[in-house]
Amino acid sequence: MTTTTVASFEIKYHQYLDAQGKPTQELPAFAKDMDKMRKLYRDMALLRAFDAKAYALQRTGKMGTYPASLGQEAIGIGYGDAMTSEDVLIPYYRSTGAMLKHGITMEEILLYWGGDESGSNYSVAKEDFPICVPIANQIIHASGVAKAIQMRGQKRAVATEIGEGGTSEGDFYEGINVAGIWNLGVVFMVNNNQWAISVPTEIQTACETYAQKAIAAGIEGVQVDGNDIIAVKQVAEYAFEKARNGGGPTLIEAITYRLCDHTTADDASRYDDPKVKEEAWKNEPMVRLRKYLEANKAWSDKDEEAMKAEIAKEVDAAVKAYEETPKPGPELMFDHLYAELPELTKPQREAAIKLAEKARGAK
Amino acid sequence: MAAITLIEAVNAAMAYELEHDKDVVLFGEDVGKNGGVFRATDGLQKKYGTDRVIDSPLAESMIAGLAVGMAAQGMKPIAEMQFMGFIFPAVDQIFCHAARMRHRTRGRLTLPMVIRAPYGGGIHAPEHHSESTEALFAHIPGLKVVIPSNPSRAYGLMLAAIRDPDPVIFLEPKRVYRIVKHEVEDNGEEYPLEACFVDREGSDITLISWGAMMHETLQAAEKLAAEGIDAEVIDVATISPIDMDTILESVQKTGRVCIVQEAPKSGSIGSEIAAEIAEKAILSLLAPIGRVSGYDTVMPYYRLEKQYMPTVDRILDEARKIMEYK
Repeated sequence: MTTTTVASFEIKYHQYLDAQGKPTQELPAFAKDMDKMRKLYRDMALLRAFDAKAYALQRTGKMGTYPASLGQEAIGIGYGDAMTSEDVLIPYYRSTGAMLKHGITMEEILLYWGGDESGSNYSVAKEDFPICVPIANQIIHASGVAKAIQMRGQKRAVATEIGEGGTSEGDFYEGINVAGIWNLGVVFMVNNNQWAISVPTEIQTACETYAQKAIAAGIEGVQVDGNDIIAVKQVAEYAFEKARNGGGPTLIEAITYRLCDHTTADDASRYDDPKVKEEAWKNEPMVRLRKYLEANKAWSDKDEEAMKAEIAKEVDAAVKAYEETPKPGPELMFDHLYAELPELTKPQREAAIKLAEKARGAK
Repeated sequence: MAAITLIEAVNAAMAYELEHDKDVVLFGEDVGKNGGVFRATDGLQKKYGTDRVIDSPLAESMIAGLAVGMAAQGMKPIAEMQFMGFIFPAVDQIFCHAARMRHRTRGRLTLPMVIRAPYGGGIHAPEHHSESTEALFAHIPGLKVVIPSNPSRAYGLMLAAIRDPDPVIFLEPKRVYRIVKHEVEDNGEEYPLEACFVDREGSDITLISWGAMMHETLQAAEKLAAEGIDAEVIDVATISPIDMDTILESVQKTGRVCIVQEAPKSGSIGSEIAAEIAEKAILSLLAPIGRVSGYDTVMPYYRLEKQYMPTVDRILDEARKIMEYK
């Protein structure tokens, strides 16, 4: 039988710094700008400190369930740094790094996880979506936003992010598929942290890579070392430029390891192998960047100490603002349901307000 | 002014808004070149171009999710679900995002979007093409659910749905797509949402219905008139949020109520209307509330659908029983 190959594909892997912080190839220009690299290091440190504080708030009953980004900081900070304020971010629950980079404040993020939707009423990033909790719905939203941008002839990109487990959802394929057909300017980030709560990759897919899922949508798919912020940023810069200029979508699989629990409600020790985790700690993104900075004489213990003190102050100020935010009144359940509350619902609003007043009076 | 069918009225209203509002965009499966499987979008792509009347890939969740994304950018998408029986993959997007975005962002992002779907039985369609699942959507806060029963209402309510600042599920009773024609002036005048229509004034009994069943209900009212029973007939039209004031006013006048719906009886819009009447006007009632509905069964394949769906006779029987109650 004679056959003809009608399609074939390959997936490229990008890495610039190895786990020891040593360049594996010629570095992009931004990576030689030590001020820039120090800033990225600080951004990652801020995210890590913020996560630690958020964990502490949850553990002490001052905040609800929270998903940290420990070990995955290079992803959100890396692609977030490639975004402009004109671009639109469609985050999921582990996009804290990109959210911070895109102008969503620590106080807003705490308020959100503290159980108040007001945290999604972003003061700066007015067009960004609230965090998507159901898995993979955000992939389609990103394509919808990008379609509107395309129809209006604007040069703006849309970014969204999903865990590797989320790529098993139908919405993931539906979203990237339409982005391919309509040539939409979206950057789809896949945070491959090896775990979907307790489910590892071998239970999630038979594919060698998550990046190759892009091939079935006719879009470009690439893989990066998600612990190498230079690789994440470099590939993201390329994808955003392409998206803004009519070049269509890109799917970027960033390989990392979830060094934390899925959320504060999870206990990863039930399923994670401590030896594997120990190895993963050697590969984490901040140590690598610090080694690179030190090798370039751009970082010292003194710098580290000063930075940590500064960051602690910033985080504490955000926590203070969060803790001082008054609890929402029951009218907020009703006031943003529709542009105008239905007649039938108005008595419920009044009743809820009266009950709250009565409860306050009883105190 | 021309006499047009319900589906032509849907088409005319969408054309009017495409013509007058550059943010309106229409998409779904087969809506472009083919003009929709029922021809609801017939001729619109030719007139308004492939940029604004778009044939989308076949994926319902995607269709609804795209509408969410586009509407969040201030566009006014009208997305078609080819049949309501296929809307379920999109429920995730509709319930979790369309209905909640305004609330979740404290009004920062709002979604002026419409999701259209033909629904209901009576056209000998394949399985999954004939259900009446409107109550599922009416149950979700943040959505509006609108069902026109005739051509002029389809035109006026569709205009209102497109212009509404919040997501509207617009359900089209496909059995009556072409059974009557109305003179409808294509003048862009909308009808109010959250308003019932009193289609026949009467003093003895209030018949309440919506969608395709309005036709059987109105016929029943005429027959009752011949028997000396003066029925008031209300078309609910917007089943969420419901205009209970109009219904309660009528019940207080007549003291007798019969609710007619094609959907299964339990946990339905009919149940909700009955409960509201019981809460707010029970002392005006002269007889127990009556309900004529589809059975609490799976919507049968078409050999049995006529036996499933309420008929004029079933409505008459129930109405007479209510009238005879002492």
